[in-house]
Amino acid sequence: MEIGVLALQGDFLEHCQILQALDVSPRLVKLPRDLSGLKGLIIPGGESTTIGKLAVAFNMIEPLRLFGQTQAVWGTCAGAIFLSKDAKSDQPLLNLMDIEVERNAFGRQVDSFEIDLQAPFLDKGNHKPFHAVFIRAPIIKSVNGRAQNLLMLPDGRIVAARQDKLLATSFHPELTVDIRFHQFFLEMTKS
Amino acid sequence: MAEQVATFKVKKGLAQMLKGGVIMDVVTPEHAKIAEDAGAVAVMALERVPADIRAHGGVARMSDPELIIKIMETVSIPVMAKCRIGHFVEAQILESLGVDYIDESEVLTPADEAHHINKHDFKVPFVCGCRNLGEALRRIGEGAAMMRTKGEAGTGDVVEAVRHARSVYGAIRRLQNMPEEELMTFSKEIGAPYELVKETRALGRLPVVNFAAGGIATPADAGLMMQLGVDGVFVGSGIFKSGDPAKRANAIVKATTHYNDPEILGQVSRNLGEPMVGRQVTDIPEAELIATRGW
Repeated sequence: MEIGVLALQGDFLEHCQILQALDVSPRLVKLPRDLSGLKGLIIPGGESTTIGKLAVAFNMIEPLRLFGQTQAVWGTCAGAIFLSKDAKSDQPLLNLMDIEVERNAFGRQVDSFEIDLQAPFLDKGNHKPFHAVFIRAPIIKSVNGRAQNLLMLPDGRIVAARQDKLLATSFHPELTVDIRFHQFFLEMTKS
Repeated sequence: MAEQVATFKVKKGLAQMLKGGVIMDVVTPEHAKIAEDAGAVAVMALERVPADIRAHGGVARMSDPELIIKIMETVSIPVMAKCRIGHFVEAQILESLGVDYIDESEVLTPADEAHHINKHDFKVPFVCGCRNLGEALRRIGEGAAMMRTKGEAGTGDVVEAVRHARSVYGAIRRLQNMPEEELMTFSKEIGAPYELVKETRALGRLPVVNFAAGGIATPADAGLMMQLGVDGVFVGSGIFKSGDPAKRANAIVKATTHYNDPEILGQVSRNLGEPMVGRQVTDIPEAELIATRGW
């Protein structure tokens, strides 16, 4: 099974390393032709404005939209913003997920943080928390339509959402050595 | 575990998010907007680009906080700012402004000729310049969460950036082929902390993200540095000292993404107008070289 990682800009190699640890061979996606035959795509962390502009410049917006209508796509941080329908900002978006996001919702870099979150859908009953790293992170202000809230901070703010085969996380599982979120996504690609 | 801020993981993490991107020097909010619109991943806010610092002479210091704040208000991407080597009070001020990264930079006039800032003391992450592996690992030992090869700033001549990147990556390749018992002597020779030498050897790369800087002026220069192995590029004078900054900035962003695709590099290199005039590094008297600042 081949999974793509959008490699326009950002920490795509960190995602590739985890996929390789799961015996999945990742394909770097930079142009529309790179999407053919893929069973899933990860949009990495990075700068969402840069990723969006490069996607426009290399005619990737429509191919990515079409891909996301039938295949699994997971966006982390900038990727989650790019997947959304609304980011309250003038920048290119894929409009795939019915979520509203707020960029840099926690403030600037000095406010970036890490925290353990309880993630019952990952822990198979052992209550092992998922260590979540937030870097100038967005939050998901609202989930609408078919999108569902998947994970919240202790204060109730939404930091992960799912809509059928689409997944958005405002933190970076690729910056940890915990492979469970990537496993969860690989299961989604098969559904 | 409760929420933890300012860990080395989140400091280093922001640099990881900038990979494959271009960080541009800007001297006004208008420049910052042009850079953001062109696809920059971050901007470096300063009063004068390195080419002008060279031309003006005198003491180059931290920029006016007013300018930095205006630039922070103008763009949504991360904003970096420079302090002088060893000037930890300039760094304290920059941290209080809320900049996203501090560049403890040889481009400004050093404030301390023997010591760099203890960067572990700060919540804000730091990027520092290096010419070789020893210098890189000393800076990381002091707490730098991102590196950049120094090149020779404000020249538009890429030769020093190439020299420094080859030096860093060549040393890592040698390190990987070295038997364990040679590591301590190697650490001593390059003046680097032993633990970081061991970590670099195990990783096969620097423990933090490493960008190229100092002399990059064209999309081809960006492609060259990326193919040599850097994670992204800083462009200082190369953009706003050129004939058509918006177009050139955008072309360098595209070249950094498609650095190994000569066809795309060819397309984005067309009709960019005049590049910055540039100054050959070999013509610069030794006393005027910037990269030698740093200890």
